[in-house]
Amino acid sequence: MSLQAVMVLAAALLCTGLFGVLTQQSVVMLMMGLELMLGGVVATAAGTWHHLAPDRADGQVIVLVAVTAMALEMAIGFAVVTALFREREVDVTDRAAELKE
Amino acid sequence: MLSAVVLHALAALAVASGVLVFVVDSMARATFSLLTSLLCVAGVVIGLGLDYLGVVTVLMMTIEMAVMAVFMIMYMMNPAGLMPMTMVHNTRGSAVLCGLLFVLLVTGVLLIPWPEPRGRPPRDATRELGMSLMGPQMLTMMTLGMALFATIVSGVVLAVRGGRYDRRGDGLDAGREPGPSRGDVGG
Repeated sequence: MSLQAVMVLAAALLCTGLFGVLTQQSVVMLMMGLELMLGGVVATAAGTWHHLAPDRADGQVIVLVAVTAMALEMAIGFAVVTALFREREVDVTDRAAELKE
Repeated sequence: MLSAVVLHALAALAVASGVLVFVVDSMARATFSLLTSLLCVAGVVIGLGLDYLGVVTVLMMTIEMAVMAVFMIMYMMNPAGLMPMTMVHNTRGSAVLCGLLFVLLVTGVLLIPWPEPRGRPPRDATRELGMSLMGPQMLTMMTLGMALFATIVSGVVLAVRGGRYDRRGDGLDAGREPGPSRGDVGG
C-alpha cells in the first residue's frame, strides 16, 4: 500500500469524522466523529513510519500517542457528559451553550 | 500482491463504515460501524508492519466501543433504532466544508514530492519501539503516563456527586443533609 493511498485513507477518515463533529447534536455521536478523526491520525503515522523513516521509532511513538489520546478523549468526554447531565439534564450540544451567552 | 489487495480492501471498508456511522439511524449500529472502521484501520497498521501497535489498537478500540455502547444506552433516546430520528444541524454547510477539505488534502497528498524513504524497517519493530520509549522517547512516555493519571483523577472528579465536604462544609459540621449511603459522616 503506497504512502499516497494511506494518506488518502487518512484524509477520508478525517473529513468523515469532521463532518460528524460538525453536524451531530448528540455529544456521544460527536465523540464518535472525534474517534474517526484520530483513526486518520493513526493511519497517517503508521504510513509515514513505513514509507518515510522506518529506521527510527518516531512514527510508532506518534501512533501510541494518538491511541492514548483516543482513550483519554473518551474518558474525559463521558465524564463531562455525566457532569453536564447531572447538573441540568442536557445531552445535546445545542443546549449546552452557556459559554456562548 | 495479495496483501496489497487486502490492505486496499481494508482501507475502503474503513472509509465506508466510517461514513455509515453518520448514516444509520440506530445508535447501536453506529457504534458497530465505528468499531468496524477502527478495526480496519488497525488492520492497515498491522499490514504496514506495526504488529504490536495494530493489536493494541484492536484491543483498545473493542473495549472502548463496548464502553461507548453502555453510555449510548444511558444517554441516547434511541439505542436500538426502533424510532428513527435524526439529531443533526447544519448538514449542508458541513458537507461542503468537509468535501472541500478532502479535495484539498488529496490534492496535497498527490502533488507533494514526498522524500525518499530513509533506512530499512528494523527486524523487530516492537523491540525498536520499546527501546525508544525507554530511551530517547522517555519524556513522551512519562507525559503519557501523567496524562493518563490526570485523566483518571479528573474523570472521577467530574463524574461523582459532591462529597461529604460539599454537603457538610469544611469542618463537617454544617447542615444535616444525609449522605447517599449509610455510614456517612454524621449519618
